[in-house]
Amino acid sequence: MSEEYEPSVVAFLCNWCSYAGADLAGTSRLKYPDNIRSIRVMCSGRVDPVFVLDAFKEGIDGVLVAGCHPGDCHYQSGNYKTNRKMLLLRRLLADFNIDPDRLRFEYISASEGQKFADVVTDFVSTLKKLGPNPVREECP
Amino acid sequence: MPVNETIGAVAVVGGGIAGVQSALDLADMGFKVYLVEKSPAIGGVMAMLDKTFPTNDCSMCILSPKLVDCSRHPNIEILTLAQVTNIQGEPGNFKVDVHKKARYVDTDSCTACGDCTEVCPIEIPDVFEQGLVERKAIYKYYPQAIPNAYVIDKEGGPGYKGCIDCGLCTKACKVGCIDHSQEDVDMVLNVGAVILAMGSDPFDPKIKKEFGYNKFPNVVTSLEFERILSASGPYEGEILRPGDKKHPDKIAWVQCVGSRDKNIDQEFCSSMCCMYTTKEAVIAKEHEGDIDATIFYIDVRTFGKDFDRYVERAKEEHGIKYERSRISEIYQKKCGDLVIRYEDIEGELHEDTFDMVVLSIGLCMNKNRSAALKELGLDVNEYGFPLSNFSEPVALVKPGIFMAGSIVEPQAIPESVMQASAAAGQAAALLRDSKGTLVEPVPEYPERDVSEEEPRIGVFVCNCGINIGNYVDVKEVVEYVSTLEDVEYATDNLYTCSEDTQKGLVDIIKKNRLNRVIVAACTPRTHEPLFKKSLAQAGLNPHLFEMANIREHCSWVHTDKNRATEKAKELMSMTVAKSRLLEPIPKTTIDIEQSALVIGGGTAGMTTALSLADQGYETVLIEREDKLGGKLNEIRYNFEDTDLQRMLSDMQERITEHDSIELRLNTVIEEISGHVGNYEVKLADGDELVTGAIIVATGSSEHVPTSYEYGKDSRILTQLELEEMLSDLIPGDIQEGETFVMLQCVESREDDRNYCSRICCMGALKNALKIKELNPRAEVYVLYRDMMTYGFFEKYYKEAREKGVLFIQYDLEEKPDVKLGEQISVTVREPMLQEEIELNADHLVLSTGMDPVEGTFDVAKQLKVPLNQDGFFLEAHVKLRPVDFSTAGVFLAGSCHSPKFVNECIYQAQAAAARASTLLAEPELEAEPNIAVVDEDMCSGCKTCISVCPYTAIDSVTETIEGNEVTHAEVNEGLCQGCGTCVAACPSGAIDQKGFKDNQIIAMINALGACSRGVKE
Repeated sequence: MSEEYEPSVVAFLCNWCSYAGADLAGTSRLKYPDNIRSIRVMCSGRVDPVFVLDAFKEGIDGVLVAGCHPGDCHYQSGNYKTNRKMLLLRRLLADFNIDPDRLRFEYISASEGQKFADVVTDFVSTLKKLGPNPVREECP
Repeated sequence: MPVNETIGAVAVVGGGIAGVQSALDLADMGFKVYLVEKSPAIGGVMAMLDKTFPTNDCSMCILSPKLVDCSRHPNIEILTLAQVTNIQGEPGNFKVDVHKKARYVDTDSCTACGDCTEVCPIEIPDVFEQGLVERKAIYKYYPQAIPNAYVIDKEGGPGYKGCIDCGLCTKACKVGCIDHSQEDVDMVLNVGAVILAMGSDPFDPKIKKEFGYNKFPNVVTSLEFERILSASGPYEGEILRPGDKKHPDKIAWVQCVGSRDKNIDQEFCSSMCCMYTTKEAVIAKEHEGDIDATIFYIDVRTFGKDFDRYVERAKEEHGIKYERSRISEIYQKKCGDLVIRYEDIEGELHEDTFDMVVLSIGLCMNKNRSAALKELGLDVNEYGFPLSNFSEPVALVKPGIFMAGSIVEPQAIPESVMQASAAAGQAAALLRDSKGTLVEPVPEYPERDVSEEEPRIGVFVCNCGINIGNYVDVKEVVEYVSTLEDVEYATDNLYTCSEDTQKGLVDIIKKNRLNRVIVAACTPRTHEPLFKKSLAQAGLNPHLFEMANIREHCSWVHTDKNRATEKAKELMSMTVAKSRLLEPIPKTTIDIEQSALVIGGGTAGMTTALSLADQGYETVLIEREDKLGGKLNEIRYNFEDTDLQRMLSDMQERITEHDSIELRLNTVIEEISGHVGNYEVKLADGDELVTGAIIVATGSSEHVPTSYEYGKDSRILTQLELEEMLSDLIPGDIQEGETFVMLQCVESREDDRNYCSRICCMGALKNALKIKELNPRAEVYVLYRDMMTYGFFEKYYKEAREKGVLFIQYDLEEKPDVKLGEQISVTVREPMLQEEIELNADHLVLSTGMDPVEGTFDVAKQLKVPLNQDGFFLEAHVKLRPVDFSTAGVFLAGSCHSPKFVNECIYQAQAAAARASTLLAEPELEAEPNIAVVDEDMCSGCKTCISVCPYTAIDSVTETIEGNEVTHAEVNEGLCQGCGTCVAACPSGAIDQKGFKDNQIIAMINALGACSRGVKE
């Protein structure tokens, strides 16, 4: 391989905590890998498992879903529900020949800029070890 | 009510959480608000906290949306670096003198890019970070600061110089917002009322020499420790001791530093330290599980809602040790470790070594501050805090001036927030005739119909000075975007957010007939509303707008310019894909019935009804008994010598005579339906009414004990029964040597009633002092677990001890034993003697605490609002929404929330009334735009959405269509808050969320997929 493999990552971030945490990483000028592109949703509860499956189908290598910490959810409980959904979805991914570690759920608060940067760094290094999403080759 | 015309503006002094809450409530009610803050940004001490108890919520996460609301509210003007120097005038018309220090930076044009800080050569200890790190002379107060602008420190601090006028920042600033020649300004605000919410001061522990603060670097204050814990603090959330940046393995907290200490005239309890210490210890353990945490305390004051369980979890789940003790000295070893020398409750001396010591500092009112209060013509108490009246807890002696927050008394956030709303409500009642007179109407712009147009997207890419431009090739991004389908216009700006660019944007939209707009710049969380406003001005629906965050999420966090540019391009491709599918979201409104219903006619219910009626709202007050007053009927006297029965009869009279109050006694509710602004209430007597808001004030009742032989012997009484007995006695009725034994925490703070009822310790003290007043030679023993004499109540504890009341501490494991005989024998282990003693009592008095009243559960069910595990109502948020339910339009007040005193019920009730009136102020309410919508044809009626909705905003509706019964879900627009959880849960794809539609999000994912494949293949 002439060039190092760079995975593509999509992140679904809730408006109130995790997106704000990513903003704080920026304000604090923390550095993390540039493989990630975020999509803002009002609540992590909005993240439909279909979004995750669609991302993998599209050949994206990793999906990060992040919401408020337990008890912090702006909408009371969306974060718990999503955590449950993502846990279940991870189990199903194996059946599609997708490594469950390609999907990650994290609680990231508005004051955890460092945690956001750490999570992205760690996730990207995991994805590099896993190599390209096997679905990608089948993509048009 | 003054005859003269009143001014429809209020000065709120102090921009901490109390001031912010008052400002928001008043602004929502239609008053102009001047929020006067002495530091460079609002937020106060709460902005410095890492987490909040007892839920461990991230403090900044819950506070910062409120700060942003303040800065965006058209009715609020924030004045920073400003202090009030004088208040003159009369209720309804005050002149407030304000001295505003120069900021040297224009807040409107400052883009908070930070270029100035980069070049500033001066370093000064960071006040916000408690001096643990340094900052530059030009700085932002804290990352999320509102106003989001820099400030120059020309003064410096003790031993440090400030700005040296080198001018480097002026050169670095691309927008030219720095002006070193700016001068201080004196201004006069003309307002109808003033709310003082300046807080109090953290105690300076240097005075307590024995603790070694400032001498030993590893002795820190609790506020310093909050910053150490904070992920955005000086050590980025890593727990390090300041002396040598070593990880401490063993940390001690020392309670009551500057509290309950008569040697330094700080006799009161600071109320919140026991809890914040527990929180700090828990969070420290969560950071690093191996930390050994010990709390040295006198009493653990867990008098608030759910506090006992929190401390129990700290002990049992986190292994935090609580050591009842008195500390004589702290000294330092050579290695920087600290030795604490202390005496335990049995009088034994110990020494123990710790890596770090945290001093739990209380609050105080420093001399200058209380002198300033006196200069404003306000009376202060012996501790320097302003005086108020028992029945008007947030009103100051000078009419028209109100107060809220820790200026009232040291206290935690929920009390501050309640008082803030209460003060806002009281000010609003005073100024009811001038409501809406000084607020600018929101301009309405005619909207262009774009439904038949093909997408015509305009893209504006911001350089943000060099903040984006230096790390992302903005020109290349613009070029790339221009090639994307449907993009009609693309350009770059130096600062897209600047005023002239915004004006230009309006023209460009009109000229190019754009119908979608994208700004690629910073975070939508701060700037989206600004751009949406420009869209509206250009005649576009503001929801035809999207932002791409290429600053915080790109240029500021990546180093490789080529790759950052690639990322920015991909983000643009995703945003264009969503933008293409955007739809206008018409502004929808909910009609508001501008009246209220109050359930319960006790202190809280009566106060709520009066407060709402005084603000001009028609109010129905229902009470299930045949008279008003509730528990207040049974309270004979209090510490403050208030004539409570007179207070009650005055309130009854005002209620019966008030034109806006309809009183219905002997009334209960049968059924409640509807939503915010339109609740339909069916009463048991068959009457029906429609109301905009409902306030629950159903109260609590004294717990009836089953233990300690209660009910078997007339000499065994509850505190309330004792109070009734004592109130009829005259001196001489109690004999010399007549013995009263009071037993605290009966059937409380254990098993299934695992909560403190807050009022019983004071109830016991009050009755003990009454007995001593009737006969000083009577004997009174109080057997207690922890004396909960919080705040200024501490002085009555001291008075009781001075008058000879004897206090014996017992633990839950060794409860006193009671035997009936000629006298009542009470055996208890005396800790100092370390042996059991027997007391022969003539009267045994049981402090049993409070239960929610019977029927609380039914009301909760009718309103679909939650109860906590002790059966008290559960508010929307324990800290910041203490009188709201999460169901919009329903509020709570008084002891149905948790046990509390009469004056606490009063301000909570005034707060509930104020919160309700922010809703009732306008005949219609703008609905949340991003709500869920059901496609009825696709809905299978499975009700999954109903089960996941946190707001019970979805109903199942059955209709008969062509003879067939069809069931589908229906979203109640008044209740939906727009989280989108139902959309993700719907198995039929029948629900979608406006602004975050499935096809829009999928389009973004697919665009990214295409980009990543295109680049790599």
